[in-house]
Amino acid sequence: MAMTLEDQNTVQSTPYDEEIIRLFVIATTFWGVIGFTIGVFIAFQLAYPALNFDLPWLNFGRLRPVHTSAVVFAFGGNALIGTSLYVVQRTCRASLFGGPHLGTFVFWGYQAFIVLAASGYVLGLTQSREYAEPEWYVDLWLAIVWVTYLVVFLGTILKRKEPHIYVSNWYYLAFIITIAMLHIVNNLALPVSFFGTKSYSLFGGTRDALTQWWYGHNAVGFFLTAGFLAMMYYFLPKQADRPIWSYRLSIINFWALIFLYIWAGPHHLHYTALPEWTQVLGMTFTVMLWMPSWGSAVNGVMTMSGAWGKLRTDPVVRFLVVSVAFYGMSTLEGPLMGVRQVNALSHYTDWTVGHVHSGALGWVAFVSFGALYYLVPRLWHRERLYSLHLVELHFWIASIGIVLYITAMWVAGIMQGLMWRSYDSLGFLQYTFIETVVAMHPFYVIRALGGVLFLSGALVMVYNFWRTIRGDVREEETLPVPQTASMPAE
Amino acid sequence: MFYRFHQKAETRALLFSVMILVTVSIGGLVEIVPLFTIETTIERVEGVRPYSPLELAGRNIYIREGCYNCHSQMIRPFRDEVERYGPYSLAAESMYDHPFQWGSKRTGPDLARVGGRYSNVWQTAHLINPRSLVPESIMPGYPFLAEQNLSFNDVADHLRTNRAIGVPYTDEMIENARADLLAQASPEADYEDLVARYPKAAVGDFDGNPRALTEMDALVAYLQILGRMVDFDKVTPDDLKQ
Repeated sequence: MAMTLEDQNTVQSTPYDEEIIRLFVIATTFWGVIGFTIGVFIAFQLAYPALNFDLPWLNFGRLRPVHTSAVVFAFGGNALIGTSLYVVQRTCRASLFGGPHLGTFVFWGYQAFIVLAASGYVLGLTQSREYAEPEWYVDLWLAIVWVTYLVVFLGTILKRKEPHIYVSNWYYLAFIITIAMLHIVNNLALPVSFFGTKSYSLFGGTRDALTQWWYGHNAVGFFLTAGFLAMMYYFLPKQADRPIWSYRLSIINFWALIFLYIWAGPHHLHYTALPEWTQVLGMTFTVMLWMPSWGSAVNGVMTMSGAWGKLRTDPVVRFLVVSVAFYGMSTLEGPLMGVRQVNALSHYTDWTVGHVHSGALGWVAFVSFGALYYLVPRLWHRERLYSLHLVELHFWIASIGIVLYITAMWVAGIMQGLMWRSYDSLGFLQYTFIETVVAMHPFYVIRALGGVLFLSGALVMVYNFWRTIRGDVREEETLPVPQTASMPAE
Repeated sequence: MFYRFHQKAETRALLFSVMILVTVSIGGLVEIVPLFTIETTIERVEGVRPYSPLELAGRNIYIREGCYNCHSQMIRPFRDEVERYGPYSLAAESMYDHPFQWGSKRTGPDLARVGGRYSNVWQTAHLINPRSLVPESIMPGYPFLAEQNLSFNDVADHLRTNRAIGVPYTDEMIENARADLLAQASPEADYEDLVARYPKAAVGDFDGNPRALTEMDALVAYLQILGRMVDFDKVTPDDLKQ
C-alpha cells in the first residue's frame, strides 16, 4: 500500500486554520535569528573573553542557556508546533480542534514561556539543569500550554476525515506525549516559597544526574529528532512530489526509535559516579539506536528515487535532502561517541559541542528552513518565493558555515581530549590545563566565523520571506523543472 | 501480523497514544527506579554532610551564574584525571546536591576538589579578574560579586526546603542557620558550634572585605569545601563497591 498525501484536491473543501500557522512561521524565523545571533556572540566570548564586559547579565554562564533555549525551544519549538498544526489539518482533512482560540492560546502561551525563561536566565533564575533551566513557575506555565497543545493536536486527529493517521502525525504525537512526560518528571522540585523563584530539585546527586540526562538526551530524541522526522515525512515527499519510499520501514523505524531512545540517557554519564550497569545498559541501547536512525534516513533519502534531478533545480529540496544527510551523519557519530571507550576521550570536550551542532544546524535547522520555504508562499497565497536564487545563496552560505563549525570543533575536541591525557617521557602530565585552553583559541575563532556565516544565511532567508510576503516576485531565470514520472512506491 | 495490527492501530488515535506512552516509559523505569532501590548505588563512606548555610548560599550563586556551563564537578577514574584533580568522585560526595552539578563540559578545569587548593585571596582575586592571575584565561570576570551584599534573610527556609526533600538538616541546624551563616564569614566570631555542626567548614573573611558580607564570601566558602568532606585515607575498596 502506498501512502498518499490526500490534501491536494481537498484544500477547497475544508477550511483550514491558517492564521495561526502564519504566526508560528513568523515566530520561528524571528527566534531563529535571535538564537543564532546570541550563539555567535557567546562563540566570540570564548575566543575573546573581554566580550563578557564583567557584567552579570552579559556573562557567558548566563547567556549560554539563552542561546540553547532560543534555538531549541524558541526556533525549533515554534517550527515544530507550527508545522504540526499545519500538517495535522491537511493529513486529517480537518480544521484545528478548538478552533482559532485554542490555537491562539497555544501560540501566545508558548511565546510567553520563551520570554519568561530567557528573562529568568539573564537575571540569574535557573535550575541549572541543561535544557531544562527554567524555574518552577515557568515549568508550570509550560505544562499548561503543552497539555493544551496536546488537546488541540489529538482533538484534530480524532475529528479527522481520513481513515488512517499519517506517519508524520505518529512522530508529532510521540514528540508531544514524551516531552510532556519528560518535562513533568525532570522538573519535579520544591519551591522555597510560593512567592519566590528558587526551588530545589526533588532528586539529588546520582539520581538527579540520571533523571536529568534521561530528560536531556530525550529532549534530543523527541524534540530534535522525532518532531523533525515528522517534518521530514511530510515536507520532503511534498516538495519532491514523491510518495514515502516504504510504509513498512516507517512503522518499524518509528517504534524502534521511540522505544530505544529513552534508554540512551546514561551515555552522558560514562565513567561518572553512576553505577556501571546503568552506563553499560545506556551504551548498548545507544549503539542499537543507530539502526532506526539510519532506517529513517534511508526512508527519507530513497523517497527521492526518481526525483534526484530536483536536487539540481530546486534549492528547497536541497535543504531537505541535505538535512537528512546530516541526520544520517550525526546519528552515526552519536552512537560512536556513546561507546564508553570513545566517550572517555570525547566527554567534556568541544567534540560534543560539534556533534550537537552538526545535528542542530545541519539537520534541525536545515529541515526547518526547507519547511519554511515550502510554507511561506502557500500560507500567504503567493505564486512562488520571491527568489529561488536567494534560497540557493542561503543554502551555500549556511553549508559552508556548518562545515567550518563542525570541523573546527572536531579538531578542537579531539586535541583537547588528547592533551589532557598526554604524558611526557618522565611520566608527568605533559600539559597544564591552561595550555589546553590556549590551544583552543584558533578553533574558537573559526567556529565563531562559521556561526557568522550561518547567521548571514538566515538573514538572507528573512529578506526573501519579507519580499515574498509583500507579494514581490524577483525577475530571475527560472530553474528548469525536471520531468518525473509520478508513480506510487509499490 | 504485526503489520495488520498496526493498520488497525493507525485508525485509533487514543489507542495509538497509549501505545506510545507505554513504549517510552519502559526505558526510564528500568534505568532510574533501581537507583532509588539498590542500596549500593551510594558508596558507604564517612564525612559527607549537608552544606553549611553560607556554603549553600554560595552554591546558589554558583548555579545562578551558570558556572556548570564550563566547569564539571565529576572526576573520572582515569590516571590523568586523578593526577590532575585528585581521587575520582564518588556518588556519596554529591548525594545532598539538589540539583547535581557534575556538568558536561570542561571549558575550564574540573572543580570537584578545588576546595583548599587555592587561598581565599587567590579565589577572590581570580573571580574578580581571572586574567590578573592566569593571563591566558578565557573565564568571565565576576567583580560584581564582591560588591553585592549577600541576601540571606530566608536562609532557614532554604535549609527547611532541603530537609523536606531528604537532606538531613537537624532542627538545631535550622534554628541556628542565620547565626551559622554570619559566624562562618567573620573571623572574630565564635565558630565552634558551627564547625561542630559542619565539620571542615572553612571559616574567615573570604573576600578580604570584613565590613560587608558579600556574594563573593558565600561563593568562595562554597568553593573551599568542594571535595574535602571525605577523608580518602580511611576509605577501603570494599566501601566503594556499587
